[in-house]
Amino acid sequence: MVGAMEIYKLLPADACKECGYTSCMALAVALLNREKKLDDCPSLQNPKYADKFNKLKELLAPLEKASETGLIIHPEKCFGCGNCVVACPVNVAAEPTRCGIGLGPQGDKVILAVEDGVVKCMNVKECRRFGPNKIMCNACTVTCPSKAIEFV
Amino acid sequence: MVVCTGCSLLCEDIELALATGAISQVKNLCRKGHGHFQALFTERTMPKIDGQEVSVDQAIKKAADILRNAKHPLLYGWSNSTLEAQRVGIDLARKLGATIDDTMSFCRGILMERVLTGKLPTCTLDDVRNFADTSIFWGSDPSNSHPRHLSRFAYYPRGEKRQKSYEEERTCIVVDVRKSATAKLCSNYFRVPPGGDADFIASVIAVLDGKIPKYGDKKRMIELGTILRKTEYGAISPGLGLVSSIQDRIELLETLVAKLNEITTFKVVPMVEHYNTRGFNQLLLNDTGYLNSVSFHSGQVTHGPENSVIAAAKGCDAALVIGSDPLSSLPFGTAKCLARVPLIAIDPRRSLTTDAAKVVIPSAMYGLEAGGSAIRMDGVKIEFEPIVKSDLLSDEQILKRLKEEI
Repeated sequence: MVGAMEIYKLLPADACKECGYTSCMALAVALLNREKKLDDCPSLQNPKYADKFNKLKELLAPLEKASETGLIIHPEKCFGCGNCVVACPVNVAAEPTRCGIGLGPQGDKVILAVEDGVVKCMNVKECRRFGPNKIMCNACTVTCPSKAIEFV
Repeated sequence: MVVCTGCSLLCEDIELALATGAISQVKNLCRKGHGHFQALFTERTMPKIDGQEVSVDQAIKKAADILRNAKHPLLYGWSNSTLEAQRVGIDLARKLGATIDDTMSFCRGILMERVLTGKLPTCTLDDVRNFADTSIFWGSDPSNSHPRHLSRFAYYPRGEKRQKSYEEERTCIVVDVRKSATAKLCSNYFRVPPGGDADFIASVIAVLDGKIPKYGDKKRMIELGTILRKTEYGAISPGLGLVSSIQDRIELLETLVAKLNEITTFKVVPMVEHYNTRGFNQLLLNDTGYLNSVSFHSGQVTHGPENSVIAAAKGCDAALVIGSDPLSSLPFGTAKCLARVPLIAIDPRRSLTTDAAKVVIPSAMYGLEAGGSAIRMDGVKIEFEPIVKSDLLSDEQILKRLKEEI
């Protein structure tokens, strides 16, 4: 997954501060967190940075698919093992007698469930990573054997 | 709720919605099972004789003629049939004086024999979930072969005595020739070269005896010894990799398990591929005293490698293949021998074997179109009902009709 440093390297690095941040590194982090868009950087609109702009656009394209918590699912890599479904603490709390003991969820309060052979994300607001006071939980990503789930 | 017959875990928590001619939505089913169920709507077999479409009755009659006239018929497959069908199949073999063998006789059969005869202590997967704090996957990769094994039983679920699960209380050890998908998830991965499992077992026994191991990284082996000694309830899941590596020296595994059981509790749950292989082995063992490679020729029950599919294919003059594709999966020499004899294939789906068969009899797919019971990889009997109405005959009905015709 793309990192802030990769984004920073493609930014003008002229510290014009017109985007509202004090440095281009801060803007890179904001772009990564999807708080700002490429159009918010006036310097980048200059034709001499057209190459970098296009590269950045390409680099940030996968982030558009991410959920509000930054979760990206690659369905083509997922084989529906359900490790993330059972490991997710929110799922276990929602259905302790199902997800807690390894069974698939029945209700609709869970965050992750396997549907049609691949994992699906729902109820994003329940995720520990949601909102400003998020907890950097990674139970679903570390238990994925095929790296089909990742966070931005 | 549907039972998935895609692998020997027989997952019972599948929720399935059907639309006309397709599965509209299915929950909790892994990709392997999803593919298995989706195949219901593609590549189905048709009743055929010599490639020409006929009625099911004609196909059954022709199959009965072939079997009746054969002197040394071979009945092969059985791993993808229910217990009821397997029972009829064993009776049919006895009636025909045929050789009967399953898909595991030349690979994991030797391990299954030790488990079923009680030489290796075993437990159910529910025990693994509730009590096991150490799971060893030896020469097996459940992430690919049994996708839900880790999430349902071995590593991630909370159990009766393992409430903190993988986070604190469970350890997963993988011993394999390559860093498999399962090995990537587990912190303890031990790489062995192909054929090096016997030396690895010797080293583990040495470490458990308090000696310096001769093989492998000494420090890591001692760490492994410490984990095994501290284990309260361990489960070893040996796969094809271990069995192929140690082959006839399966007593090495017995020695290791016995040594571990002197210190703590360790059980063996063999990793079985097809959904009812263990069921067939159990039935044949109860019936004849042997779990595969049995011949009923001349009314006597004989067992031995000469009756395994590899050897029997060369001497048989007709073969009935049920729920298996030996022409794709068996060695070329054996497949060639089978392709030369009149072949009867009973299968819900098209395969190389059904393409080459003289007689093809389509059967209903278990789990969706036909019900019955099967034995899970750990010996637990699971029953399931059909959920789709189908005019196709089940394996059991086909075999009963064959038996009547003969």
